Order: sequence, then C-alpha cells, then structure tokens
Amino acid sequence: MIIFLSCIILFLIGLYAIVTKRNLIKIVIGFALIEYAINLLFALIGFRSGMLAPIITKVDMPHKFVDPIPQALVLTAIVIALGTTALMLTVVLRIYNRYKTFDIAEIRKLKG
Amino acid sequence: MTFIPLFFAIPLAAAFIIPILGKIAKSVIWIFVTLVSFALFVLALYGTAVTQQFPMIVYKMGNWPPPLGIVMAFDSLSAFMVLVISILVFAGSIFSLRYISHYTGQWKFYTLYMLITAGMMGISITGDLFNMFVFLEIAAISSYALVAFGVGAEELEASFKYMVMGEVGGLTFLLSIALLYAKTSTLNLADMANVLQVVGQTPFFWLVLGMMLLAFSIKAAFVPFHSWLPDAHPAAPAPISSLLSGIFIKVLGMYTTARLVFNVFGLNRANAPVFFNVLIGIGLLSIAFAGITALSQKDYKRLLGYSSVSQVGYIMLGLGIGNYYGVAGAIFYILAHALGKGLLFLTSGSVVNATGTRDITKLAGLGEHMSTTAWSFRLGSLSLIGLPPLVGFFAKYLIILGALKAGFWWLAIVAIALSVLTLGYLLKIENNVFMKKGRTKASKAPFTMRIAMVFLVVLIVLLGIGFQQIIDFLVGPAANALLRGVEYANLVFGSVGVSF
Repeated sequence: MIIFLSCIILFLIGLYAIVTKRNLIKIVIGFALIEYAINLLFALIGFRSGMLAPIITKVDMPHKFVDPIPQALVLTAIVIALGTTALMLTVVLRIYNRYKTFDIAEIRKLKG
Repeated sequence: MTFIPLFFAIPLAAAFIIPILGKIAKSVIWIFVTLVSFALFVLALYGTAVTQQFPMIVYKMGNWPPPLGIVMAFDSLSAFMVLVISILVFAGSIFSLRYISHYTGQWKFYTLYMLITAGMMGISITGDLFNMFVFLEIAAISSYALVAFGVGAEELEASFKYMVMGEVGGLTFLLSIALLYAKTSTLNLADMANVLQVVGQTPFFWLVLGMMLLAFSIKAAFVPFHSWLPDAHPAAPAPISSLLSGIFIKVLGMYTTARLVFNVFGLNRANAPVFFNVLIGIGLLSIAFAGITALSQKDYKRLLGYSSVSQVGYIMLGLGIGNYYGVAGAIFYILAHALGKGLLFLTSGSVVNATGTRDITKLAGLGEHMSTTAWSFRLGSLSLIGLPPLVGFFAKYLIILGALKAGFWWLAIVAIALSVLTLGYLLKIENNVFMKKGRTKASKAPFTMRIAMVFLVVLIVLLGIGFQQIIDFLVGPAANALLRGVEYANLVFGSVGVSF
C-alpha cells in the first residue's frame, strides 16, 4: 500500500511543479515526474508477489506469472511521453530564442 | 476484408508518403492530400450506409477475439463522427492550397494534417480504452505542433500553454485508465462495461469517472479549463483552426465523454440524476461565461475561439438532459457547429489572407469586395444563431425540445435567452468587418478558398432543408447507439462473427 501511495506522492510533486514553477524547463520536468509516477503505478498494478516473469519457456510450466499487459502499456506510454517531452523542449527552445528568457511571467504577449 | 481499419490506415499511410513526395514532387502534395480526404469522405458515406443495416461492426486487430485483443467497434455514432470529421478535413484541405502557400515546409503541414486526421478517426472507431488514449495523444501531439506552425512568438506561447493544459488532461486520462485496469483487469470497452455493472456505483467508480470528466473537460475546453483555447485556436493556420474548433475538441472531449458515460459506465438520467445535473451545470457555465467574454473581443479569430467554448456548452447541455431528444440534439449540434464554426474560421482565414490583419476594429467594408466570404460568414452565423431552415436551428430546437420533455422548462428558456449572446458577438464581426463604411485594402479570395467555403455553405443549407432525413438516418441512430447504454457490450460481443 505504501508503495502505491509513493506513486501518488510523485504524481502530486509533478503537478506541484507544473502549477507553481515559473521556469519553463522545470514545468517540463514536472511532466516527466508525472509520467514516471503513472508508469510506476502501471508496473505495480501488474505485479504479483513471488510470481514469475511472463515468459513461457517450457510447456508444463506452472501458470504463475505477473500480469504482462501493464508492462506493454508502460512501453507505449513511454514512447508517447518521449514524443511529448521532445516536442515540449523544442517549443521551449524556440520560445527562448524569441523572448530570451525561460521565465513564464515575462512571456505574456497573449491576454484577454 | 473489411473497411473499418482503413479510416485511420489511409491517413496514417498518407502522412508517411507525404514527406517522400516533399522530396521528389512538391506540386502534387496538395492534390494527393485532397484526393485522400475525398476518399475518406466517400468511405465515411459508405460506412454510414452500412450501419443502416448492421448496428455494430467489429474488426479484430490481429484476429484476437474481443476481451483479449484490440477491437474496432464501428456503430452509428462512430459512423456519424467519422462523417463529420471527413467533411471538415476535405474542406480544410481544399482551403489549405493558397493559405499555406506563404509558409515554408508545406509538406510538414500536410503530414501533421494527415496525422491529426488519423488520430481523430481512430478515437471515433476504437473499442479499446488504451487504444483510445494512444489515438488521443496522436491527435493531440499533432495539434500542438500545428498550433506552433507559424513559429512566431505568439504561436509558440499559445502552443506551450495548450501543451501544458492538454498534457495534464491526457495524463489524468492515463492515470484513470491505470486505476480502471487495476479494478477491472480489462481494457476492452465492452468487457469493461460488463465488469463495471458488477462493481456498481462505488466511491471508486465515481473517483475514476470524475478524473475522466476532468480530463475530457480540459480537452473540450469547458469553462474552468478553457483558457488555452482562445489562445491556441487563433494561433493555428486558418484551416487548422477550422478543424480544431469544428471537430477536434468534440472528438477529444465530447465523443469520448459520451461514449464512456453512456456505454461503458452505463449511466443514464434514471440511475444517476445528480451526475447529469452536473453536466447541465458545466454546459450552462460554459455557454454564459464564454459568451459574455466573447462580446468584448477585438480579434476576429479569438472571438470565434470564445464562441466555440460557448457553443460546446450546448452539446454538454443536450447530453446532460439525457433523454432521446436531448442526446439527439447534442449529436445534431456536433454536426451543426462543425459546419458553422468550421466555415466561420475559414472566412477568418480568407480575411487574414486578403488583408493581413485579424483586428476587427481595423477592418471595414469588406462586404462588397469579398462577397463570397461575407455571405459565407452571414450564412454560417445565422446557422449558429439558430435561424430556420439552416442546420443550426434544428440542432438547437431538438435540445430545447429535450429540455421541455424532461420537464426543465426553465432550462429551455435560459438556453434560448443565451442564444442572444451568439447573435451579439457574431453581429460585432459583421458590423465591423463587412458592413462598416470605408474600405480596407484587400485582395479577392482565391478560387480554392471560395470553393471550400461554398462547399460548407451548401451543406449548411441542404442539411437544414433535409433535416428530417438527417435525423432519421444519421442523428437518430447515433443517439440510440448512446442511449442503449451497456447493451453496447452485448452488441460488440454478438457482432464478432458478422462479416459483409
């Protein structure tokens, strides 16, 4: 149970960074933390104590495997996270070139 | 061989062919994209025709049967969404030819355009929760890149703001999928519907549903979470604004909400009245707040962005009413608003292309000079305001009829009264840009742009006149697909062997 709670705490730390930090890079790091938290949660959901990795090597093996589906989902989620993080950092870099700052308070051309 | 995977396979394949074309034959890219979107439109029409006979067609990815593998479940609602998407994608691709010509890297634009199409198509037809998340991210990531396509300071800022909000929504959705999987040990929507019936309406059920509603509220820009939309949609190139406001927010926000609430969580007005009242509340808040904010806008596209937030509220209102007329009205409104707002954003593109400014106080007297654009704007606005016999009237009429049948007479009055806001902010554009005395220096709209606008105008008028057929063949079956609730699961499992 405590390990599940740690996932939620990690998620909340990430959310805290996104909501309160003024530096663009720190906001991106906040997203990375949230993604880690969710991936960890997925892995924990599939985990069963004392069971084998889901690789069948012999036909007559005892059927006591951890759930392999969350692991497959985590792989997909990691790829998506890679895409979003790369795009975010690209946009942050371009913003820096335009505004010469990472401070979100100074990047305010849009309002209303 | 079935046609269902083609809906996302064709645009995905096109997205990867376009970069090659960009290297060898730049001039054919536009023709290629237009042909692909037209093929999708024809395919969507065929799909709609097929669903008249078969209420549910299931395609098994890799031939794994439903609870094990990923399935594509194509029912009347999916057919409806796919049709609306393909109409706007087709109009947008025609419009793009001259609008995109002054950007560099056109093939990048068209690649992203096809990817966003593939993502939206995929969301509409998938029968698997995680698959829905993957398509949602494909569409969302392409849209972040398209919003930043101009790479000016404002575009980048809008894109980053949009990305932060959109990703918080996407990741909340992923977290709720994780929690649901932990409880139900399945990702298939049909199977999950069956398991959730056994679980019942526990606090866990409401927690997960609340998280999903939060995620989709961000994606659909309902009022507490709308701040990204009036920045992001105007920053995008006009055909993309048209696509984003016209259908993107509805596929990512409204369709997903409706599908999960009705068909997977199995809720309806009878067994969860409080939840549906919350939906009505969200809808009313969006209509009123964004409508009032729109009145004070000076930027052509930004005003239309606020208008979208406001109009999407009507769809949520219809879903919240929850009887046949309300839900059918909500679905009809998706069509009406897609055509109307898609058209209005195309006219904004035409005006920006001709004059180079979006500030409506600096524009004047374009009504005579750009008559096609002006008349397109007028007809699109009248449809959104709800003037018979245009398509918008019947959508609003159904929602109000639903409110009356459900006994919410006060809601019907409020909904009609709030339409005045729509009239107010659209008249502001009409008065400033098209009617005001004086003459901004402007070139005429190019031929392809006029074709795209006229195409949508014709649809607005024709579908309005033929509203009875639309309700019988498109909207009615789609509403019934939602209202059959968890019967959805039996249909999916029952149609596994059906081939045609």
